[in-house]
Amino acid sequence: MPRIENIPVIEMSRICMGFAKSSGESLPVLTNISLSIQKGEILGLLGRSGSGKSTLLRIAAGLVSPSSGQISYVQKSLHGPEEGISVVFQTFALFPWLTVYENVELGLNSLHLEPGEMHQRVVSALDLIGLDGFESAYPRELSGGMRQRVGLARALVIYPTLLLMDEPFSALDVLTAETLRSDLIDLWGGNQLPPMSVLLVTHNIEEAVLMCDRIVILSSNPGRITAEIPVKLPQPRNRLDPRFQDIVDEIYSILTSRTTELIHNQILSLGKHIEPLPNVPINLIEGFTETLANPPYEGQSELSELANELALEIDDLFPIAETLYILKFVDLKEGNIRLTENGLLFARGNTDMRKELFRTHLLAHLPLASHIHHVLNEREDHHAPRIRFQSELEDHMTEGRAERTLNAIIAWGRYAELFTYEDNSRTFSLIQINAIR
Amino acid sequence: MQFDTEMQKRGLRYLRALTRWDILAILLILTLLLILGLIVRQTISPFSVAAQPDISLSVWKLPGYTLKTTFRMLTGLLASILFTFGYATLAAKNRRAEMILLPILDVLQSVPVLGYLSFISVLFLDLFPHTWLGPELAAIFAIFTAQAWNMTFSFYQALKTIPHDLDEACRCFRLTAWQRFWRLEVPFAFPGLVWNMMMSMAGGWFFIVAAEAITVGHLHIVLPGLGSYLAKAISTRDLPAVGWSILAMAIAIILCDQLLFRPLVVWADHFRFEQEQTRIHPKSWVWRLFRKARMVRMATRPARQGLRWLMKAPLPQLSRRNRSARLNHKLDGTIGWALLTGLLILMAWKLYCLIRPGLTCQDVLIVLENGAITLTRVIILTALASLVWVPLGIEIGLRPRLSQWVQPIAQFLAAFPANLFFPVAVLLIVKYHLTPSIWLSPLMILGTQWYILFNVIAGASAFPKDLKEAAEMLRVKGWKRWRKILIPGILPYYVTGAITASGGAWNASIVSEIVNWGPTTLNGSGLGAYIAQMTINGDYPRIALGIAVMSSIVMATNHLVWRPLYTFAARHNQPG
Repeated sequence: MPRIENIPVIEMSRICMGFAKSSGESLPVLTNISLSIQKGEILGLLGRSGSGKSTLLRIAAGLVSPSSGQISYVQKSLHGPEEGISVVFQTFALFPWLTVYENVELGLNSLHLEPGEMHQRVVSALDLIGLDGFESAYPRELSGGMRQRVGLARALVIYPTLLLMDEPFSALDVLTAETLRSDLIDLWGGNQLPPMSVLLVTHNIEEAVLMCDRIVILSSNPGRITAEIPVKLPQPRNRLDPRFQDIVDEIYSILTSRTTELIHNQILSLGKHIEPLPNVPINLIEGFTETLANPPYEGQSELSELANELALEIDDLFPIAETLYILKFVDLKEGNIRLTENGLLFARGNTDMRKELFRTHLLAHLPLASHIHHVLNEREDHHAPRIRFQSELEDHMTEGRAERTLNAIIAWGRYAELFTYEDNSRTFSLIQINAIR
Repeated sequence: MQFDTEMQKRGLRYLRALTRWDILAILLILTLLLILGLIVRQTISPFSVAAQPDISLSVWKLPGYTLKTTFRMLTGLLASILFTFGYATLAAKNRRAEMILLPILDVLQSVPVLGYLSFISVLFLDLFPHTWLGPELAAIFAIFTAQAWNMTFSFYQALKTIPHDLDEACRCFRLTAWQRFWRLEVPFAFPGLVWNMMMSMAGGWFFIVAAEAITVGHLHIVLPGLGSYLAKAISTRDLPAVGWSILAMAIAIILCDQLLFRPLVVWADHFRFEQEQTRIHPKSWVWRLFRKARMVRMATRPARQGLRWLMKAPLPQLSRRNRSARLNHKLDGTIGWALLTGLLILMAWKLYCLIRPGLTCQDVLIVLENGAITLTRVIILTALASLVWVPLGIEIGLRPRLSQWVQPIAQFLAAFPANLFFPVAVLLIVKYHLTPSIWLSPLMILGTQWYILFNVIAGASAFPKDLKEAAEMLRVKGWKRWRKILIPGILPYYVTGAITASGGAWNASIVSEIVNWGPTTLNGSGLGAYIAQMTINGDYPRIALGIAVMSSIVMATNHLVWRPLYTFAARHNQPG
């Protein structure tokens, strides 16, 4: 029996979302997103942090209204939270002063049920999710996994038509997350629950392939749909199945080509368009290149393999790869990563050599670094306030991203001994390192 | 049905027996009801300004007086809570209201209690001319003005820092504004609110004499109570009576703490937001008593269920936020500011009209000079208190055993109205012929210095263990240890304590710069003495002038000194 019916539960068309910048104009976070979820379908929304996937989920929940575009939920236009839509939060969002029972009961608050039926529903939801015996416990007494079970029970108790899950397992440890995932798959496969549609927001590729019927990939800055991948494998799925691995590799290669494409576009319009930089710590860069340079990789690897080996999720892996790619320490091609000549030198060098190489590459390949260096050189006292660069960046990105981008460049610049930064006065300067000593 | 049998079982369990806890709890409740009845009967009995009953200095009258005073304090506290719920909620929810309400609250907080008393007490007397209700309300209002503001600020702060995910969960499950208030906002704000209620109670005790023995110009009202007992004891130089009233107040404070605040603190502990289990939980015997009194729990069950139902009731669904409002943000801002500025100008004009007749430049100069004297005092005293209590507090805080003992004592001392000891100070000053303007000064900080002590203790106890160990391993010693490690570590805590202490000192200046002992009056001069003197004279223009200057100085120091310092301290102590 086909689980999915061809009736859209929620339909979003041409959704755009912008956040106001300090200057008053709006900065796009999501552009032109059209997406619908069919009855009974489990849709995965995959993207890196900052791709606006959580914002999209909140728009579907009615918690946030989009700047433009239409949303309809069961054929009716959606304005604000609606009956039948429930959300599972990344941070669980449990009320610490309510017991497990009361937390779950809270979901039914607006349904106006008889007390008896309310009780029945709560008890059966707790039972279903494996929480019987914990009714009178407070969230603080529970482990992370149990807390998220309460979050799930609270979402399921209303018998939702649409279940929205915002990275529900990312705050849990690997084992707990895996158990919860398989429990959920069992629940959906069984007949204990009325049929529902699910939107799962995640940055974990394997999780998406494991659970979803269809995966939509969102790219960052601004978020837009870059690919749609149906997953036709029968449940329960096996990670070791070659077909499973094929899909995972396909997603990796889509993500890498999207990353390199973005950077190339930026280089084409050099100076005019500055992308936010990921704040990647230097020791991660060093550790990553060392691992890649050493056996068994000897300088090149599949990204998915490396991610498995280093236990990195895409939110950890791609920023590193992207940084190294921008600095021309690696080449990225179709899910494959390879150290360049200088990348190998960097990986095998001692501290001084690394700093030297890093400095040269920063100046050569990162317009923002050379820009700051140039400004400091031009100025007579070799000082410049942070706010100067901050406001330049804010023409192109949100305040928060500008802040993070500057923090990244400060950390790299300090490592490369290109410039220093003093946080008390919030100024950049070119003072010789020797002078500080 | 499973549900019903469960209910029956519960009912049977409660019925099993009356425990000894029940008897205690019932006794407690009955006593409280009896007292309440007596007080209410007295309140509605006739009253006239001309024929007021005498305050007796007999020790046997004292328990009755103390109960009446305590009742006034608690009524004031209740009024403060209701005010807080209304005012803070409006300020936090409505952007336009916020722009006006917040600065007003800032002003209200900086106006000394006597300021309200001198202007409002007459109003209450006129509203209820022939019953005790008028003077009672005037006294309660005075107490209220000593209690409300910090509670309101704390509630507002809490509403503004409600965790984002809980807010979204509430909206997602479509709770009404009413449900949300009781299920999310009040619980989240509760621990901070209880803490501020305790501080407010201490503030109320401090002004109890002024609130019960109201003297504005030729109007004298004496409400039977602990405050007027003390006032009479002072005016008749009855030292034993002063001693008795100190004892009575100490007992009242301890009883309030044990019967009301301890249970509240224990209850509030359920609402703490940290989801960790490792902390030590506060305890209270009263809380245990009512938890274990089965009969009482059963009897109050319908009431509790009713309350719970009320909180969950899908009452007013306030209109959903206006969608077009967001577009008008900028316009809103301008209108808000225009309104606020207009209001301020209007108030300043009114004040000017009130002050102008009969005031000369000379008066302004005198007030400014007095303001400078009090300001100097506050600065020197806060500095002195810091010099003493910061090192001591750190040393105590670093020893967990010791701080467990000292911390409650410091908190008790902060709650204890130091003005009870003023007569003793006056005796000493008169006996040794000391200069009042110098030796009266320490009284200002007597009651509020403890805030510095217990905040510093709290800071030092929270000092990260690894940093302490690292400093030891690096053998950082002596002055360097203090300057580089300990003092920066506790700075945010110290600033919090010092803000409270210096603010309290300003408020206390009104009762401590001019002190009576029978016919002897010691005048230390200063703005507090000025305002107190003008209140006794009933000279409204000069009262208003004095208050305006005091409020401005307090607000200016808050904005120009303390807030920047606090931001600095907080920013520098962020790990990572």
